[in-house]
Amino acid sequence: MSSKKTAREIIEDPDFKALVSKKNTFSIILTILELVLYFGFVGLIAYNKPFLAQKLSAGGATTIGIPIAVMTIMISWVLTAVYIFWANASYDNDVKKLKDKMGG
Amino acid sequence: MPTTAPQTMIGQANPTAIMFFVAFVISTLLITWWAAKRTRTTKDFYAAGRSVTGFQNGLALAGDYMSAASFLGIAGLVSTKGYDGLIYSVGWLVGWPIIMFLISEPLRNLGKYTFADVVSYRLNQRPIRAAAAAGSLVVVITYLIAQMVGAGTLIKLMFGLPFEIAIGVTGTLMISYVLFGGMIATTWVQIIKAALLLGGATILVLLTLNKFSFSYGDLFGQAEKLYTNKFLEPGGLVTSPVDAFSLGLALMFGTAGLPHILMRFFTVPDVKEARKSVFYATGFIGYFYILTVTIGFGAAVLVGQKIIMGIDKGGNMAGPLLAEALGGNLFLGFLSAVAFATILAVVSGLTLAGASAFSHDLFVGVIRRGQASEKEEVKVAKIATVGLGITAILLGILFKGQNVAFLVGLTFAIAASANFPALLMSIMWKKFTTAGAVLSIYSGLIVATVLLILSPTVWVDIVHKSDVQAVEKAVKAIEEPMKAKVADLEKQKAPGLDAAKIAEIDASIAAEKKAAEPMVKEARSKMPQAIFPLKNPGIYSMAAAFLIGILASLLAPDKEAEKKFEGEKLREYIGVGAEE
Repeated sequence: MSSKKTAREIIEDPDFKALVSKKNTFSIILTILELVLYFGFVGLIAYNKPFLAQKLSAGGATTIGIPIAVMTIMISWVLTAVYIFWANASYDNDVKKLKDKMGG
Repeated sequence: MPTTAPQTMIGQANPTAIMFFVAFVISTLLITWWAAKRTRTTKDFYAAGRSVTGFQNGLALAGDYMSAASFLGIAGLVSTKGYDGLIYSVGWLVGWPIIMFLISEPLRNLGKYTFADVVSYRLNQRPIRAAAAAGSLVVVITYLIAQMVGAGTLIKLMFGLPFEIAIGVTGTLMISYVLFGGMIATTWVQIIKAALLLGGATILVLLTLNKFSFSYGDLFGQAEKLYTNKFLEPGGLVTSPVDAFSLGLALMFGTAGLPHILMRFFTVPDVKEARKSVFYATGFIGYFYILTVTIGFGAAVLVGQKIIMGIDKGGNMAGPLLAEALGGNLFLGFLSAVAFATILAVVSGLTLAGASAFSHDLFVGVIRRGQASEKEEVKVAKIATVGLGITAILLGILFKGQNVAFLVGLTFAIAASANFPALLMSIMWKKFTTAGAVLSIYSGLIVATVLLILSPTVWVDIVHKSDVQAVEKAVKAIEEPMKAKVADLEKQKAPGLDAAKIAEIDASIAAEKKAAEPMVKEARSKMPQAIFPLKNPGIYSMAAAFLIGILASLLAPDKEAEKKFEGEKLREYIGVGAEE
């Protein structure tokens, strides 16, 4: 390996630039997914109450709205898990590589 | 079952509750004593020495966030309003993924003790710290008042303690934890409280589901039988779509702007633990809301709305009543003590966040221009803790009997408008300037506060309360005699009457109704109108904060700050130079 880079050189390093844009893209995509999920739910309440009031099965009492609300909570949590898996598998490795280039 | 009125112990001095509560107080005070010996530096006092693990911080975040208002309030809302309560609970969770994706890691890498550290990182320290401290302190104080008044009312309901004494006990304990044990003690109070609350709610849900052979279908089936299918459908909570979106925005981004939540990310050693803590916190909080909603439906079926609303109109005692019905006095005592512990933990976290804004941002950052010894800083933080604690007690007593629900809305609107936009732009946007940040914070703060005062929540329900009551009285005065006449006419429709006679009676009924109509309309026209139409100003105040922040930054660019952004990125994304 060549000599270690300084902070200024790391800032100019294409790998660092790629890391920043990758992280921002991933964060923004997940943020948009969460916004669509929640405001989609709010939109259903505001514009299509009858849809949520449908029964899940004939003769049952449970409405479609109940699992949809619970799923909104659960999917939100799953999205945080997706972020963790991505960060652990990809982001942390990239950070480590860049830090090695800098010499610690 | 709903028909048999149970003898409730709620509202009386309950020896089991007191026993459990005393046990909680003794163990947390022991922890505080243990923590006090380990609290020497500012890093210990504000950030627990950055030694909290991701799992512990996840529990502590959940402890900070799950207030008694959400435990008792959401269960109550579900038990009285059904599905609408469930809608509300979803809104309280959805801010957490946003914290994960946008805030938690940059915050940990860039900051030291407060989120103002992050906003001011490459900008002019003093004006930003002053503005951020204002944003933090307003959020902390409004939320503290709401929690304190709630605490006084709930403790009075559950233990039969007088309001002032309940607030005094809460305030004194909260001051003790923070003053002596700083963040270490506060963290452990949060962790214990979160474990107790999650454990207690889980047991209550298991006892509930046991009555329905562990089938949610059965539970909803019985709920439908008692309260019709309307109970399982969205109802009147969301009327105008814009209002719904505005409240949703405030809840979502307000969570990501609460200073006591943001502060917890400085207690973990690195970004890996920071993100882990959000994952755990989101899981615990989501699980908790699902439990709370189940408790609400369970209480509606097994206790009954009549009894729940007979004890407290808002339904706040639904959970405790269900606990008493299913687990007897012992379980009621346990759950009441847990609710008390819940309040204590939340107000402790708030007090610590307020004290940090005061000492780290205002005293060290603004007054001393960054020049103060650690000893001085901790001393000022401790003085601020006592000052804030006493303020909270006094304001809590001052607001006794007031409707403080609007304060929670205000807290989230301000957090979403004053704190969140400036924080996000400072970590994401190269061209953000000092003027942009300061103007964004103040405009978010002012627009949110002014619009909320002009909104139906405050302008109509509080400021013009007597006018509303007068109008309602006038309407009643017109409608009641009309209804009496109609009822009389209806009675004349005896069976066997010929069709012509019935048609005649129906015509007189219609005439009575029609005669009253313009009078009612006339009376209603005097109803006070809000100057600002939405119940929550979030959509406008957030837009104002972002727009003004962006415009101010673009109109007067700051090349120096732009240059520094490159260095900030190095620290933000790979943690070079982050606080250890």
